Order: sequence, then structure tokens, then C-alpha cells
Amino acid sequence: MIVNSADAGNLDAQPHTEAIPIKAEVNKLSFYYGDFRSLKDISLSVHSNRVTALIGPSGCGKSTFLRCFNRIHDLYPGNRYEGSIRLHPDNVDILSREVDPIDVRMRIGMVFQKPSPFPTTIFENVAYGLRLRGLASRAAVADKVEQSLRAAALWDEVKDRLDELASNLSGGQQQRLCIARALAADPELLLFDEPTSALDPIATASIEELISSLKETVSILIVTHNMQQAARCSDYTAFLYLGELVEFGETDQIFIRPATRQTEDYITGRFG
Amino acid sequence: MSNGEHLSKQYDHELEELRARILHMGGVVEAQLQSAIASYERPDVKLADDVIDSDRRVNEQQVELDRVVVNMIVRRQPTAGDLRLIIGVARTVTELERIGDEATKIARAGKWLFDKQRSVRTPRLREIHSSALAAARMLRGALDAFARLDAAAAAAIIEEDRGVDQQFQSILRQLITFMMEDPRTISPSLDAVWVAKAIERIGDHAKNIAEHVIFIAQGADVRHATPEEVARAVSQE
Repeated sequence: MIVNSADAGNLDAQPHTEAIPIKAEVNKLSFYYGDFRSLKDISLSVHSNRVTALIGPSGCGKSTFLRCFNRIHDLYPGNRYEGSIRLHPDNVDILSREVDPIDVRMRIGMVFQKPSPFPTTIFENVAYGLRLRGLASRAAVADKVEQSLRAAALWDEVKDRLDELASNLSGGQQQRLCIARALAADPELLLFDEPTSALDPIATASIEELISSLKETVSILIVTHNMQQAARCSDYTAFLYLGELVEFGETDQIFIRPATRQTEDYITGRFG
Repeated sequence: MSNGEHLSKQYDHELEELRARILHMGGVVEAQLQSAIASYERPDVKLADDVIDSDRRVNEQQVELDRVVVNMIVRRQPTAGDLRLIIGVARTVTELERIGDEATKIARAGKWLFDKQRSVRTPRLREIHSSALAAARMLRGALDAFARLDAAAAAAIIEEDRGVDQQFQSILRQLITFMMEDPRTISPSLDAVWVAKAIERIGDHAKNIAEHVIFIAQGADVRHATPEEVARAVSQE
């Protein structure tokens, strides 16, 4: 019996990935800021109910890649996509011009690097999206707000002060509030762009814990500078460099037995 | 494994130091084994005492290297090839310490033999000598493979362990024959069994070191594989 530290590269081993359904399929995605090609022919699969981490040095395109998923790039003129991102189960290409970015964002939520609560109460921060979606019943909104705050592991800390301003919360609490706000829309896929880089280690641990529990209901893509964070909370890891996908695989394989020299050099800190 | 330099020169230095230290410990154990075999074969009490004394040094090196390994895990959070090297060192340290223990057993048997040799007939077996040489050769080869992180050389060491195991079986059969023929040889023969067993265990530990080398170099865990499976896994890389 030969046991590889990770199965990739071992001809005998069956990859475990086959049985896991795919949430989103990226096919030959390129992205241009004007003339500058920021992403080059990236293809990978985002698995359902799993955490996929995107790692790479600054400027490698990982945030650009993440932002393609909710069409934030559409807000600026001159930006252009090539290729497709097909969201399953309905197999819709979310980059297609016929697809309304608002519809995409209803299905794919985003949490930013800096906590970005709206300048209103804790309750309203979560209720806002629900009202936009036409949920009018006060009781239904209150129910959903509570449910979302519980899912974001924030309810017990804020249930007695829902009418206070969100800005009174600590950084870690604000970030969990933003996660609750995203969860209120029942997203299928959640995007995290460096969600803990502005937080202290304890708040970071609580967000990481939350990410692990969220994957029961939602698929997650996370960009992180912190490689240990990728190793701790992701199931799959993609390493991007200069706009290209260098390696994509199970996180254990990437961190124990990477297939390429570039990945090895990056994750071991040998990158110049 | 990558051979490029880390952004942290200090980290490079620490890894280099770790490799140097495990190879140094390997050198001490190797010398210990040579002396232990010589002390048994001559027999030589002074040499046997040296071996028994040097075991304390080996034990200290084990504790110190383990401390360095734990420190590096905490401070560097190693990944990929670095992680495999550090884990491989931790495993190899244990093998070397045990080889030291086995060498000490052989030296003790040498001392016992010296005390008794005028009063009893002792079986002197050529096989014990040749299996001791084979085990020592395996250890040397495993340490060489470690120094170069040479998976193919390590695979060859793993193959050699079969020979040492077979020699042990053959020694055992001969000693049983001795004991049946002349009950006066029972006591020294049993001693020879312990020595042969210690040599056989040293071969096992050298083989384990070779397996750790393959893990470090290629990430494959071949600890419970047959030599043929190991050879195939190594050649696939």
C-alpha cells in the first residue's frame, strides 16, 4: 500500500472530488481592464458546500477573479470578460450580457476586506436587502433577520441592541454583520475578499469558524493573503500568479505535496 | 522539493542546521554501531563501555533535535517540502535513537561474553558478522540517501532489508541446532539470539529512515508498502 500525502500525482489513487457536485464552473475566463489582460484563460470548478481558497502574491488577479463572480467589474467602463462562469444547477452563464448583474448578486453574496456596514441600525443592515426583495411582512422580516444573525454567530451578542447603530459594533462584529446581511438573501455562493485582514486574531478565528459552519448551506470562495488561513479553512486551493492559474487542487495536496515548483516556492516563502 | 532560497535567510539557515544536526547524530550512531559490533566480536569491555556511555549523548541529541523540530513548527508553520523535511527529521531522530539502543544491547552482550568466555563454549557465527555488516551498510546508505534526498537510493535500501531479515532466520535455526546438540551452549546461544535480533532491528530502523527519505523527497508514505511497490512509486516520479 502506498499512501500519498495527497492523492494528486499518484496514479493508484482516485481523486475524492468526483462525487462532489459542482456549484460553478469557470471556463477559459479572461478579464481585461481596458487593454490590460488581468486574467488569462482560467478554468476551474467551484464545488458545492466546500470552501475554495484563492491564494497568490499581490497583483496576481485573485481579487479580480473573485469580483467576476458578482459582476462588480461591470460598474467601470472598459472592463471586459471572455469565457464563462456557469452557475449550477441551472447552468446559467453569469457573465452573459443577457443576465442582469442584480440577479447574479441575489444569488452570489460578497463580503469585503473592510467591514462595510450601512450607516444605520444593526437590524436595518440585515433587513435592507429583504425589503428590496419585496418582503413586506414585518414579522417575516424580523424572523429572517434573526435567522441570518444566528447563522452569522452574532445573534447572542446583538439581540438586545438591534436598534443601535451598526458602527457601534467591534470590527469583528461588523464583519459578521456583513456576513449576516449577505446571508439574508439566501445566497448560493458567498465570496469573501480578505475578510479578516482588518481583524485581530480572536475575531479572525471566529470568522474562520463561521466560514466552516456556513459551508453546510452555501458554497464559498475566499481570497486570502494569509496562507495559513487558506490551509485552515479551505477544502480546495487555487494558486494564481500573474493572472494565470498555476495550480488547483485539494488543499491538503497543495500544502503538503504541491505539483508545481512555483506553488511550492510560494507557499514555502521562497518567492522573490 | 524546491532548493530555492526562502525570503527569510534565517529560515534557510535553520533548515540547513536541522539537516546538519540529524546527519551528525546519524554519524554518532553509526560509530556507536561499529564499536558495538567490534566489542561483541572481540570481545572488548572497554569498547563496550564506550558504546554504553555514548548512548547518553545520542539520547541528548534526540531530545535537542525534537525541541528544534517543535520550535520550527511553531515559529515557521512549514508547508510542502519544508514540512516534509521537518516531519521526516522528527521521525528519523526516533529511528536513530532506537538504533543507539540496539547498539547498546549488542555492547552489553559483548561485556557478558567477556566475563564468561573462559567458562563456556560460545557459538561464533559467521552469519552474525555478515548480518551486522549488512545492517551497518544499510544505515550508512540510508544516511547517504538522506543527505542527498535521493529517493531511488532509499528504495534500494528498503530492498536490502529482506536479506537482513533472512539472515536472522538462518542464524536462529543454527543457534537452535547448537542448543539441541549441547545444552551448555544454551546460555551463550540465547545471548547470540539477542545480538542477532538487535542487528535485525537495526536493519528495520535503517529501512524506516529510507522510507522517511522517500516521504521527504516525494511526499509518498511507503511505510507499509512492499519493496516492489516502493520501487514502482519512486520510478513514477
